[in-house]
Amino acid sequence: MNVFVNLGATTLHKLQAIGNASLMLWGALFAVPRLKNIPLTIYQIYVLGVQSLLIIIVSGLFIGMVMALQGYTILVNYGAEGSLGPMVALSLLRELGPVVTALLFAGRAGSALTAEIGLMKATEQLSSLEMMAVDPLRRVIAPRFWAGMISMPMLAIIFSAVGILGGHVVGVDWLGVDAGSYWSIMQATVEWEADVLNGVIKSVVFGLVVLWIALYKGYSAIPTSEGISKATTETVVVSSLTILGLDFVLTALMFGVN
Amino acid sequence: MTLYLEQQCSQIHHNKEVNSLMSDTLVDIQNMSFSRAERVIYNDISLQVQKGKITAVMGPSGIGKTTLLKIIGGQLSPQSGSVVFAGENIHTVSRKRLYEVRRKMSMLFQSGALFTNISVFDNVAFPLREHTKLSESIIHTVVMLKLEAVGLRGAADLMPSELSGGMARRAALARAIALDPELIMYDEPFAGQDPISMGVLVTLIKQLNRALDLTSIVVTHDVTEVLEIADYAYILAEKSIIGEGTPAQIKASKSELVQQFLQGNADGPVPFHFPAPSLADALLGKSTQDSASNSTAKSEGGR
Repeated sequence: MNVFVNLGATTLHKLQAIGNASLMLWGALFAVPRLKNIPLTIYQIYVLGVQSLLIIIVSGLFIGMVMALQGYTILVNYGAEGSLGPMVALSLLRELGPVVTALLFAGRAGSALTAEIGLMKATEQLSSLEMMAVDPLRRVIAPRFWAGMISMPMLAIIFSAVGILGGHVVGVDWLGVDAGSYWSIMQATVEWEADVLNGVIKSVVFGLVVLWIALYKGYSAIPTSEGISKATTETVVVSSLTILGLDFVLTALMFGVN
Repeated sequence: MTLYLEQQCSQIHHNKEVNSLMSDTLVDIQNMSFSRAERVIYNDISLQVQKGKITAVMGPSGIGKTTLLKIIGGQLSPQSGSVVFAGENIHTVSRKRLYEVRRKMSMLFQSGALFTNISVFDNVAFPLREHTKLSESIIHTVVMLKLEAVGLRGAADLMPSELSGGMARRAALARAIALDPELIMYDEPFAGQDPISMGVLVTLIKQLNRALDLTSIVVTHDVTEVLEIADYAYILAEKSIIGEGTPAQIKASKSELVQQFLQGNADGPVPFHFPAPSLADALLGKSTQDSASNSTAKSEGGR
């Protein structure tokens, strides 16, 4: 009997958490920053986007280089090393760009967001905002949410672009693939809507998910050091798993066999 | 005719008295009950805060004094009863109206709750920038006046991390009075303060209340300090109000519970031991649940 009681209680608790998170997302979506809060949003773009650039560029570069190296060793067996360019580009634009960027974004920016908001809660800064008649959703959550939504697709595009350059460095400059075929076959193969746009859509969806989870986990964190630590860990774990699961769903919808 | 006029005059006089009494009450809590999960914090309590007065709310730690302030501020909702501030029922107004009403009240948090990423000046300027369209030069003047009032004009450019505990609380006080609220709620303003800082805060609360014509609610367990400045005091314990009155009336109270609190006795109606099985039973490994429930029943029966 206790099993059912516990199961029911856990289900209700989870449903309540989903409801609260949805209300917070709803508030953030419709609390588009006011004119006076635009500097806050720009500052958050700097914190979440610009400060994530280093990890995104370095990761993108090495992933592109590794892909070119691995791809070349396979393609050269079939005399198809000229297809290295499209292979690197399609893999990055369709999959690795959005997915790896989102995973890095969750680790770098998502965890920082959760910790920051959790600490604001623990030090009563969110309560003091409410008591000063300032809505924390509008003042704290919305600028971070919109800044993340703007930053995430840009980071994914930068990741893919740097990855393609990394592939060029290894494939063309090091392994001797023809530069003309690297770029021209890529240009002929990659489609704007099917590949580039779908990749951007993926990154927007992943960005929304990461930001939603990170902001909610911070907002609902138990205001103790242990609570904030747990919330931060949960942000990274839940975001990463959700990104990977959603990637499969989105890939099936976008590129699935008809 | 004369009798009729006398009756009318008497009625008008009575109404004026009632209105005066009503208009003198800034916060009116009636039959309020509040629980958190299954734990009852308040059971059917009523209290009033008069305009322009300092009202102290005292009680042992963990009794829910801060919770009371959050209920008045509309951050928590009671399960029953009403909380009226300046004629508006805080828990039935719309969210938009609640935020408008909150502009008339302010709260000094126990930790100060200063924004750690901006300077003391910007902290005090924050509510002005959010809620007014004053020019930066006027905001500068107002902030400096508020900081002068709490003795921290020289610390305007410091970051909150560079302030001592007492200074942080004074900076937070400057921020709390930035918009000249009608009501200011102090949450444990004296906790963890050295005697000098405590003396400064006591004086500040009294002076600000008089100079700015504020109404203050001071939640604390520092009995001596708060009774020096309070006009009226409530003592909370056992989920309800166990004593109220002017400081003189409180001190003269014959209630054992009130006297235990005022004199700081370790044991009395509020027991020293948290309900637990008897030590002998616990050591002998008897059923802890039975013993605990017996112990709780005894403890509650004894009160």
